[in-house]
Amino acid sequence: MRDKSRADLVNRRRFLSAASLAGAGIAMTRGASATDTTKPDPLITEVQDWQRYLGDGVDKRPYGSPSKFEKNVIRRDVSWLTASAESSVNFTPLHELDGIITPSGLCFERHHGGVAEIDPAKHRLMINGLVEKPLVFTMDDIKRMPRTNRIYFLECAANSGMEWRGAQLNGCQFTHGMVHNVMYTGVPLKVVLDEAGLRPNAKWLMLEGGDASGMNRSLPVEKGLSDVLLAFAMNGEALRPEQGYPLRAVIPGWEGNLWVKWLRRIEVGDQPWQTREETSKYTDLLADGRSRKHTFIMDAKSVVTSPSPQAPLKYKGRNVLSGFAWSGRGTIQRVDVSLDGGRNWQTARIDGPVLDKSLTRFYVDFDWNGEELMVQSRAIDSTGYVQPTKDELRKVRGVNSIYHNNGIQTWLVHRNGDSENVELG
Amino acid sequence: MSSWARLLAAGIAVGLMTGLSGAWSAERPRVGAAPAEPAAKMGLGREALPEEIAAWDTDVRPDGRGLPVGRGTVKQGDELFQERCASCHGEFGQGAGRWPVLAGGQGTLRADRPDKTIGSFWPDLSTVYDYIRRAMPYGNARSLTDDEAYALVAFLLNLNDIVKDENFELNDKNFASIKLPNAEAFFDDDRETSEKKFWNKDPCMRNCRELPKVTGKAISVDVTPDGKSGPKVD
Ligand code: HEC
Repeated sequence: MRDKSRADLVNRRRFLSAASLAGAGIAMTRGASATDTTKPDPLITEVQDWQRYLGDGVDKRPYGSPSKFEKNVIRRDVSWLTASAESSVNFTPLHELDGIITPSGLCFERHHGGVAEIDPAKHRLMINGLVEKPLVFTMDDIKRMPRTNRIYFLECAANSGMEWRGAQLNGCQFTHGMVHNVMYTGVPLKVVLDEAGLRPNAKWLMLEGGDASGMNRSLPVEKGLSDVLLAFAMNGEALRPEQGYPLRAVIPGWEGNLWVKWLRRIEVGDQPWQTREETSKYTDLLADGRSRKHTFIMDAKSVVTSPSPQAPLKYKGRNVLSGFAWSGRGTIQRVDVSLDGGRNWQTARIDGPVLDKSLTRFYVDFDWNGEELMVQSRAIDSTGYVQPTKDELRKVRGVNSIYHNNGIQTWLVHRNGDSENVELG
Repeated sequence: MSSWARLLAAGIAVGLMTGLSGAWSAERPRVGAAPAEPAAKMGLGREALPEEIAAWDTDVRPDGRGLPVGRGTVKQGDELFQERCASCHGEFGQGAGRWPVLAGGQGTLRADRPDKTIGSFWPDLSTVYDYIRRAMPYGNARSLTDDEAYALVAFLLNLNDIVKDENFELNDKNFASIKLPNAEAFFDDDRETSEKKFWNKDPCMRNCRELPKVTGKAISVDVTPDGKSGPKVD
């Protein structure tokens, strides 16, 4: 993918506006080619194996898998984070993705008692508590209910949580990879609650998982009746086991821990339960020693995925800067990008669907003259919320909150094209 | 692009747009304050039996709702804890290796490195009971009896200096009267008022700050995977 053949295809107008972003006086240099362009390319002049011999037949991979050349596109964990792999996390390789949908096998994993493997014929969903009639559903029952398709991001509240005290991890996979974006197919929770009949004093719901952690979280009933789904499919096929097969909660825009996997029970009550996951964890300790609770909504956030530490710039001249933006409060209205550490900003080009509570893709097509860059992105959502700098966040939230770090990320791009995670002052 | 291809692309774009506004951006009605009239029933599912509800509905609330009848003493809890919990959580709840710490840390919440435990941080005792009975011991969940869970909670109160007497018995009657020290320190999400300044109609675009200087680098911490070891993180 060298610039040479591509350059002519580039839209001239966009080319110019992007060039101005990179700063006045930057020459539009052609990318340096790795091979000698005066000699014919043997990949063209010589017949290659794949051009002569037959490839695999149709049934070689009944369930397809990525090209062997993509073997590095995988989830990765940070082994020192937790004591055991069954209560741990791995991270989505954001730098390898494009568009807005996260392939199911790359969606980050977070479990508290390992991945439950549940035969859907043996799965039950119970609704009890403040209802007219407590009910038990089978998966077959759930699949007979009216269903809907929606694309939503899921972000763990601890995404970027290691970065509160300063730059820690080199790679957007590790700093921002606890997010994914999936099309869910599922039944609105309201349909199920209506079937059981909510009592008038119903105020809170408790969602509970059927795994070995029995994950439980309280959810306000208004949210449950608005846009929550009980999903059985992701990206067009059954949920993956690690994403809660056969049934998970989808709580649009709200922190990932609420999206209970292997969902087996919903209890209706009149106050929150104060479970371990909403007291010991997922509360935000502030500098004064007090803690915020019920911080459900994920604030607007964005990150540049390329260039980034795992995605260096390889060529001078034409390049595509790219990233994701998202907000738990609505849609992404605008994304600004800075190449000089937040001194000057230019609005990025949003491409692809702009959906409610979904990842949104942005690009800046730019020319790089080989100078050092301090790359940042800043999301602005449909409520007018502007993604703050890390320092602005620390002023109100301190450095011990673990959760809800949506500060602006900086990648320092060196003259050799490598970049690293830095903190600016 | 040929002119017909461009037309086709435009047509697709228009189709997408109308499709999107229909399916995606239409405001769905807020049903939170749902009208009183009951929704038509689908007739799916069956009534949950009392035995089934009892088997799964083990949750406990701060006001004591959900607590089973039962009891256990600090002493009994100590024995159980050493046998079934200490291998991970340490003899005194101090945490073996990187397994969670369950005791200590009082007075550290404003410190540089807060130690968040049942005694220093958790607001409600009910959470300890609820959680232990649903998820512990790790790898053998739901193997404790109700009385064993009472005894373990009593012992954790003792490890955290909230109960001093090792003959103390915790039961369903006295449970809700026990308050944890940090209970009052939690408040509801107030970001939309306390962080109002993040809603900014006119974010700066030009000359927004001094020349930035690099003040920290991930590379100097060297904890990215492929690197060797790293610090303990909660
Ligand atoms: C094999 C190791 C192991 C054993 C044995 C074990 N635990 Fe745990 N415990 C864990 C892990 C791991 C977690 C955190 C799980 C997670 O990430 O959700 C935990 C969490 C806890 C917590 C919550 C800590 C917090 O700060 O949120 C409590 C309380 C607890 N355990 C009590 C017990 C008790 C009581 C026993 C004995 C009956 C026990 N544990 C046995 C590994 C263990």
